[in-house]
Amino acid sequence: MTHSMSVDEKVPNLEEESGGRFVGWMSRIGQRNWGKDPEEPEGTDYLVSLPRRVVTLWLPLLVFAIVLLFPFYWMVLTAIKPNGQLLNYQKYSPLWVHGPTLSHITHLLFHTDFLTWLGTSMFVCIVATAISLVVSVMAAYSIQRIRFRGSAMVGNLIFLAYVVPPSILFIPMAQVMINLGLYNSRWALVVTYPTFLIPFCTWLLMGYFKSIPYELEEVALMDGATRWQILRKIVLPLAGPGLISAGIFAFTLSWNDFLYALTFISDSDKKTVPVATLTNLVQGDVYQWGPLMAAALMGSIPVVIFYSFFVRHYVAGMTGAVKE
Amino acid sequence: MAATTEEVPIGRTGGSPGPGVPWRVKLRNDSRLAAILFLLPAVLILVGLLGYPLVLGVWLSLTNETLAESGQFVGLSNFTYLVQDPVFRTAVFNTVLYTVVSIFFKYILGMALALLLNRKLRFKGLLRAVFLLPWVVPTVLSAIAWWWIFDSQFSILSWIGIHMGLIHHNINFLGSPWNARWSVIAVDIWRGTPFFAISLLAGLQTVPKSLHEAADMDGATSWQRFRHVTLPMLSGITAIVVTFSAIFTFSDFSLVYSITRGGPNNATHLLATLAYQEAIQGGNLSEGAAIAMFIVPVLFAVTLLTYFKVSRRKW
Repeated sequence: MTHSMSVDEKVPNLEEESGGRFVGWMSRIGQRNWGKDPEEPEGTDYLVSLPRRVVTLWLPLLVFAIVLLFPFYWMVLTAIKPNGQLLNYQKYSPLWVHGPTLSHITHLLFHTDFLTWLGTSMFVCIVATAISLVVSVMAAYSIQRIRFRGSAMVGNLIFLAYVVPPSILFIPMAQVMINLGLYNSRWALVVTYPTFLIPFCTWLLMGYFKSIPYELEEVALMDGATRWQILRKIVLPLAGPGLISAGIFAFTLSWNDFLYALTFISDSDKKTVPVATLTNLVQGDVYQWGPLMAAALMGSIPVVIFYSFFVRHYVAGMTGAVKE
Repeated sequence: MAATTEEVPIGRTGGSPGPGVPWRVKLRNDSRLAAILFLLPAVLILVGLLGYPLVLGVWLSLTNETLAESGQFVGLSNFTYLVQDPVFRTAVFNTVLYTVVSIFFKYILGMALALLLNRKLRFKGLLRAVFLLPWVVPTVLSAIAWWWIFDSQFSILSWIGIHMGLIHHNINFLGSPWNARWSVIAVDIWRGTPFFAISLLAGLQTVPKSLHEAADMDGATSWQRFRHVTLPMLSGITAIVVTFSAIFTFSDFSLVYSITRGGPNNATHLLATLAYQEAIQGGNLSEGAAIAMFIVPVLFAVTLLTYFKVSRRKW
């Protein structure tokens, strides 16, 4: 185990020296996402014959893959199917498309407010994530590193705040937003999202800050650095992966929000993508499945792109938050 | 736990004090101020926008407030009304059914997938990334795709079933209460299984190989190894994943709202969707708040469980 780890750590360095920065970076991207994990096979796995492996491993995996991915296949397929084929199952096999079209997507982009919704979602999620990250970094540093009296209790309270679901809060929160004059405004969401992002990010970052050696801080403190300087110049650069995980997670969490956006926003041009897709594109009894699936697809893409770049951080964030 | 650690990391190293004040004293005073200042933004936001609404929610549930006009204290009458309301009772039943059934299957299927992904595999990273998609894609958007998959006339599932000779007529997935219940439960299992799988996989990877090897040496079958080595080692992460999932499944809103909106005939409402229908669509804030309050006891019980599980860990 230790042997394979050390080999693994050397690889990117070697490449960085010989092939320059870009190659090193590319190889790390490769390793990060799609490379084989360095784990060794479990116990006696090498004794298992090939046919047996197909039946006990690849077949079940295939079934999982089909079930888990079929809805996305169906979503994409519907989004690019010409109207004539969409409901005509007799003449065309529904599982394939003949002569795909972009008309649903162009309709969505240019004949609906989709781009406005996308802009709103982007704006709200980025601002809320940025605010939450700054606030959480400070809180997590305070709880984990300054360690005042009662910091453990504050840490646990923050954890408790994370498990309060929006379903309990949205009704009184609607009233709060009316009183603040933010009802039916994008700012209502910018203000609300940090309530679930901050507890999450703080909890996640506490785990990352814990791993930074105290000695670094001691030296800086004795050299007369303030806590603020230490946080900015020493802790933050070392907590990079933690920040990325927290940021990605916060972004996807806020992009995923439905209840608050549905409750607080009623004007069509201020809606976020999930809410607008469900409330504005669904009209009457005849559903426009083409544009609807195009919207579902386009609304998922920002999150999926974001996610695919940082899969490992995402998984680390998810499991980190669960484990911590 | 942390009360005494204040001095430990700093006091250990000697050093020259600053001019005038001994640096240790200065540092500690500085630290207290810094700790408070650093925490302040988080505390203000959480108290103002999480703590206050929570209390306001309890208060609202005890009044007869509507969206249009402010109300008065009416005691527990919202609650006494609710417990006799058949729609509310159905919602409670649905919520419990939804939570219990889907967590059971999410755990079983998630464990199966985690065990598969923990084997020696090509493309393991790719598979793990792709299998997580149902969890990553915004619930509402994938739920709309499922809504289309469950279409009464053009359901692709019915079409496949008929072509394979399994059924003879289209299934009306969302048309009858029980069909609709099982359908949304199935979608929730679909969405949540990857979360269980990836979390359990992370747990599996921390099980020391030597334990399995030792069990192997002692002649344990693979079932025995799973039952007596893997499962006990995973108990911590399992407890946490299940409690998290329990909280967010019990209080779920998006999935059911997107697919059935509580229909047909209010038969698939969960507590959260019914609360939304009463409070926001119906304008009856207080009754909606009272419905949402029924989530609290479960939240409380489940959280206490995790809380003790988590706080036992040293951090």
